[in-house]
This record gives sequence, structure tokens and C-alpha cells, in this order.
Amino acid sequence: MAVETLLPSASPVRFVAEDGTRADQDGGYAEPTKDRLKAAYRLMVLGRRFDVQATALTKQGRLAVYPSSAGQEACQVAAALALQDHDWLFPTYRDSVALVARGLKPGEVLTLLRGDAHCGYNPTETRVAPQCTPLATQTLHAAGLAHAMQRRGEDAVALALIGDGATSEGDFHEALNFAAVFKAPVVFFVQNNRYAISVPFEKQSAAPALAYKGIGYGMRSEQVDGNDAVAVLAVLDDAVKHAREGKGPVLVEAHTYRIDAHTNADDATRYRDADEVAKWREADPLKRLETYLGDVLTQDEIMQYREEAEEFAQTVRDTLNADAELDPMSLFDHVYAEPTRQLQRQRAMVAAELEA
Amino acid sequence: MTTTMAQALNAALRDALKDDDRVLVFGEDVGTLGGVFRVTDGITADFGEDRCFDTPLAESGIVGFAVGMAMGGFRPVVEMQFDAFAYPAFEQITSHVAKLRNRTRGALSLPMVIRIPYAGGIGGVEHHCDSSEVYYTHTPGLRVVTPGTAQDAYDLLRDAIESPDPVVFLEPKARYWSGEEVSFTRNGPAMDKAVVRREGKDVTLIAYGPMVATAMETAEAATAEGWDVEVVDLRSLSPFDDETVTASVRRTGRAVVVHEAAGFGGYGAEVVARVTEQCFHQLHAPVLRVTGLDIPYPAPKLERHMLPDVDRILDTIARLQWADTPVVAGA
Repeated sequence: MAVETLLPSASPVRFVAEDGTRADQDGGYAEPTKDRLKAAYRLMVLGRRFDVQATALTKQGRLAVYPSSAGQEACQVAAALALQDHDWLFPTYRDSVALVARGLKPGEVLTLLRGDAHCGYNPTETRVAPQCTPLATQTLHAAGLAHAMQRRGEDAVALALIGDGATSEGDFHEALNFAAVFKAPVVFFVQNNRYAISVPFEKQSAAPALAYKGIGYGMRSEQVDGNDAVAVLAVLDDAVKHAREGKGPVLVEAHTYRIDAHTNADDATRYRDADEVAKWREADPLKRLETYLGDVLTQDEIMQYREEAEEFAQTVRDTLNADAELDPMSLFDHVYAEPTRQLQRQRAMVAAELEA
Repeated sequence: MTTTMAQALNAALRDALKDDDRVLVFGEDVGTLGGVFRVTDGITADFGEDRCFDTPLAESGIVGFAVGMAMGGFRPVVEMQFDAFAYPAFEQITSHVAKLRNRTRGALSLPMVIRIPYAGGIGGVEHHCDSSEVYYTHTPGLRVVTPGTAQDAYDLLRDAIESPDPVVFLEPKARYWSGEEVSFTRNGPAMDKAVVRREGKDVTLIAYGPMVATAMETAEAATAEGWDVEVVDLRSLSPFDDETVTASVRRTGRAVVVHEAAGFGGYGAEVVARVTEQCFHQLHAPVLRVTGLDIPYPAPKLERHMLPDVDRILDTIARLQWADTPVVAGA
């Protein structure tokens, strides 16, 4: 295998410059159709509104915590759009917008963060793994599941989302190695948003770009401008196709930026300048795509997407403002396939306490 | 014909592979080599690379990859080469293997087995002799079993592979080469049941894994002292079979728990607590423990001082306040 075919582009793939004009760094990738780009834009508007709403609900005490992905909408939406219904998505806690773009309902997405249950949706039905908290651990599950599907003769692909900090975890490296050795149809999509809570990328890795980590495992890799939705979608489309055709896994790094703090519990002013954030606000992925699409996107359509997003925000509020019925007895239901004698005794104890 | 524990495990893997296409065996050196203890000997040759295969050398990778494969409908049986080499997989085991069913409210189950050769007594150098059972028994969502005999090795491994729950399967490596006549008809007790290995009326020795044989030897030696010793083999460390254990202790009125692992915060503490809570009024003496020392596992030439043996167990039995309620001959 020629080393050159594994190396990422020397600079991030970019279709659209920050001012919305066509850039000449498309790396030879096929540009997604205008219909797909419009679909992406619509979901990015929806996703951003969802993100703002979820952050507001946290301040109102309706959510325990919310890790925002503001500024990363191009990555979040492209990850969902690159996949077909029978593909699997392996998200982290910061990828709620990707779940929304995948079509999950707000109540399903936010059950975890509201504190009602550890996962609000059925992974088998949605083909979305539970949002993963321990960093990089789900990359191995994605590799294993992709290999399982390959063995079963399904043409499905798994896409694992992770951040820049998680690439320092051992499981990330083990997952890349396993996926490459087994030629599993999996795409590892790193959203390098430049901060792991407070630690900047410069203190995280000495690599020229995280995409270069692929070649050590014999894996095809690419880097892309993460705030250019056209480029992210083009590169992920190609990576998913590569994996689906049985050519092996792909590592994609998107260079983006976390506009908000790590979560509502974090104070980002302690570790980064307002100037830096302001600069990245200028690189807004929505505005860039909107400008690029120009006349393809009518004002009526933009208004329609925004109204849709407002309605969606209302649904999010309505769903989250209604308290879910929680049954303490359910605590014992799924520890094992059948509750053990010990759990039956503890269940009886809690039941008696509730009746007292 | 005598079958060793290693051969019984090999037979269990083969029969499971034969019975269920979803069963896959993988790990380090389990393919062509047949495992460092030869537990997978000849399986790749007979079932093909597709069913039993080597993986990269990364324990967290092996377990995490198996999680994904179980999510994808397979029944992985993975091998961790030695007890202490399983520690890199600890996060995958405790945060995912044990919890995925619970996390998804039953939507996903992980029918997988993690085989771990454990405990000492083979002259192994550091990191090859740990008794790591409580790390797993303290984690809800895991089943933890350990055979003490070749027969149980076969029966428990077949049951573990068929279990809808993930099972940590601890293999007492010092007993791999011990054998007995083994029946492959699967008419043994259920996976979560303890068994009375030897009946006796004076004192119950509670043991598991590598210490079952030691407890049986002790019971024989104890006859010279006039003690009629009952031996309970726990088999399943989680869940714990209270019924079998407490029934035995209520009959004998005295109990000693034996394990190789360090005593402090060890599995024996849980057993003593449970027995005391449930059998207090039938006990003639405090329930005592014979355990490994509270030290890092020693170098091979010193390990015999660490391991519970017949004499140490007999000395402990002697401390069970016999003067207060003496054994009555013929009673």
C-alpha cells in the first residue's frame, strides 16, 4: 500500500472560504449536490436552535448539564447526513445535535442530560449507540460493531465521533489499530475543537495534525475545515463510501472550534481570550454555507427553516418542562437479564420503603 | 478417562462453537499457538481462522472490540492472557461490559465471556499470579464464576457462553493440569449455584477456584484430628448462592472461608458478613478467614508463604472455639 494514499491533504480540505466564496482546496473530492447542502443548512439551523434551547434549559434547572456544540454544526450535521439509516453512529456527550440531525426526538436525546435515565433512545432501533462519556472508549465498540456487520455480510458502516482530547486516550489508538487490522468499515471522525475542557490543542498533541495519526496504523486519513459544511460533507461522504466498499477504515479530522464553554458548569474565560472566540465566531459555519448557497437558498426557505427551528425549540421546551414519570422499581430491571435473588430482595426493600 | 481442566475448557469451547455460529473465540495467541496454556489448542485448525483468531496485543482493545461484536449479534469469548494483563481492559469491563444492558434499559445485551487465567501457585513471575476476583465481583452487571474442578470447567464455561449476561470467567491456572473423569452431558448444577463438594458435620470450609482442591485435602487431613469437615465450592462468586452456603453453616455451626487473594477488603469479608447476618444464632464460633497475605504477590521462591495451605487451614479450624461446644463423638 502506497504511503501517499494514506496521508491526509497537506492542509485542510476546503470548498468554501470564510467569506462564502468557492475555495480551491477541495482535494479533488466531489461536491455534494445542492439539495444535500440545503438539507444540511436546514439541519444546522435546527441544530443551533436546539443547542441554544438546551443551554437555556440548563440555566432554568431543567437539565443537569449540557455540553454545547455551538460552532461545530457543520460537523454535527454532516456526520448524520453522511450515514444511511442502517449505518451506526457512535456519539459522545457533546454530539446531541448530531442525534437531532439523525432524526431522534428531543426527549430521546436529552433524557441522559435531564437525569432521567442513562440513555433515552433504543440503540438497536435508531442505530445510534448511547452517548458515551468515558473518552474514546466507544471507538472500540464502533470498530467491533463494524467488524460484526462485515462478518454478517451487511454493507453498513459505523461512524465514531470523538474530540481532540480523546485522541490522547489509549482506546483511540487501540481502536484505530483493531479497525485497520480487521479492515473494519468504520470512520473515526475527530472534531478538533481546540479545547479539552481547558487544555488547548498545543498541550494535547505535538502532531502537525491529528489526521497524521492514521498512517501509523496503515489507515487512510484526511483533514478538513470543520466550519465548511460543504467540505465536511464531501470528505465524510467519501470516507463512508470507502468504508462501505470494504476498503478499510478512515480517520477524518475536522478543524473547528468550541464557541461555548465545555459545559454550563465551566468558565471558559479562565483559559482563553475573548478575542480568540470572536475570531472564530467570524468563521461561523452557518453564515458561510448560507453565503455560498446564494440564490440556491431563497429568503423564503431561510425563513421557513428558522420558523421550523422555533417550533422545534418549543417542542424541546414542552418536552423538557414536563416531568417524566420515573419508576424506582425499574432500577432493578436491567442489571441482569433476570434479577438475581439479591436484587429481588433489594427490590422488595425499596418497594416497602415506598409503601411506608 | 481423565480430562484435565485445560482439556475440559477446550472441549467446552469446541462444543459451544459447534452449537452456535455466533460464538467466536479471540485474544492474544489463542489462534495458531493455542493459547499460552493451550486452552484453545487446535481450535483454529479445526474451526478455521474465522471462528478462533489472534488479535493485536491490547487488552482494552480486545474487550472493547468484543463489546461492539456482541452489539452486532455475536457471542465473543475472549481471553485475557493473565490476570494482571487484564487491567488495561478494566475500564471497558466496568464502564461498558457491566453496564450496557442497564444503560440501554435492556435494549442491548452483551452475551460475552471474558476468560482470565488467575491466581498463583505456578511459580510465575510478577503480574502473572494475581487473584483479581473482587475487582469484578464489586461491579454490578457482571457475573463472575470460577471452576474448582475439570467437570465444572466444562459445565460452567458452556453455561457462561450461553448466558445472556456478560461473564468474567476466572480460571485457576494452578489447576489447569489437574484432571478427573468428565461428563460432557451438561447435567451439573446451574451456573449460579454453589455445591457441597464433601459432606461433613463439624465445620464448613468455603472455597472457590484454586482453593477447592486445597480445601478437599484439608478435609481429608482433618479426619486425623477428629474433625468432620464439609467443603462448599462456591463456583459462582457473583451472584452469591446464600442458600447453599447458609444451609451448610447452619448444619455445622462453624465456618472458615479460604481464598488466595489478600484478606483485607477481600471476597472472604463478604462471605463472612453474609454468613454472620444469616446464621448468627446457629454459629458456635466466629467465622474465620484463611487468605493470602496483604502484600503484593511475592516472587516465585517465596509464594508458598503467601498461599493458604492445609496446615494453615487446619490451624484456623483449631481456633474455632471447640472447647466451648466440643464435638461429641458419634453425634
